[in-house]
Amino acid sequence: MTSGEAEVATTEDRPARLISGPGVLLVWLYGVMVVGAVSRSAYQIATDFGRAPLAYTLSAVAGVVYGFITYTLVRGGERARRAALVCCAAELVGVLVVGTWTLVEPSAFPDATVWSDYGMGYLFIPVLLPLSALYWLRGARAVTP
Amino acid sequence: MFAALMLVTGVAALLLAAWCGWAAHRDQPTKDWHFIGMAVVTVLALVQLVVGIVLLARGEKPEQGTTIFVAYLLGAFACVPAAGFMSLAERSKWGSVTVAAGGVVLAVLEVRLYDIWGG
Repeated sequence: MTSGEAEVATTEDRPARLISGPGVLLVWLYGVMVVGAVSRSAYQIATDFGRAPLAYTLSAVAGVVYGFITYTLVRGGERARRAALVCCAAELVGVLVVGTWTLVEPSAFPDATVWSDYGMGYLFIPVLLPLSALYWLRGARAVTP
Repeated sequence: MFAALMLVTGVAALLLAAWCGWAAHRDQPTKDWHFIGMAVVTVLALVQLVVGIVLLARGEKPEQGTTIFVAYLLGAFACVPAAGFMSLAERSKWGSVTVAAGGVVLAVLEVRLYDIWGG
């Protein structure tokens, strides 16, 4: 069996597992962030949306992005891997933009978002997570299941 | 009294995190003893959940709101078992790392819970 055939088998017959090894830690942390971001934004939007609509909406968007990445990681396979790569890149951009935005113009955010100050309120997990996920997803392609 | 319970649960969670971190450092998956440790921490979180609900039923009010308080109590209870099940599926050192991360997350939840309750 040549390496080319092995790759086809990996991508089409058996989807590449993305949740083995370090992937399980990523799924766990993304799962925590899903619960954190979604429940936080759901509560804030339901109770006091008018106070900081931008911040609460951003938290909700972050929750949806985290949820999608968690789903792709669990699902596995080459397409899911690519989708997760794109989303992690988008997440990283989001964290950096919103993090900088909250530092430059705090008045736009009467209340904190998940991504405020680069995720300082969440132990900087929001900024570290996409970096490690991108690293893991790039390497996961070469790994045979 | 409730503050002491939060402190004990948080410290137990950190001990569990250190223990599983040590197992990961030695390149070992979680073993039976680790699962007993997780069970102990989970029981503490369950006691905390029950005591918290009893306090609410008696009419005590958390400083930052009842909904958030209950949400954090439930999160604290679910945290370590969820990580434990994932380490059952991943029989390598990464399973141990996941449980260690779960312990740290629970400790952070306890600190937030303390703030929400108001001391």
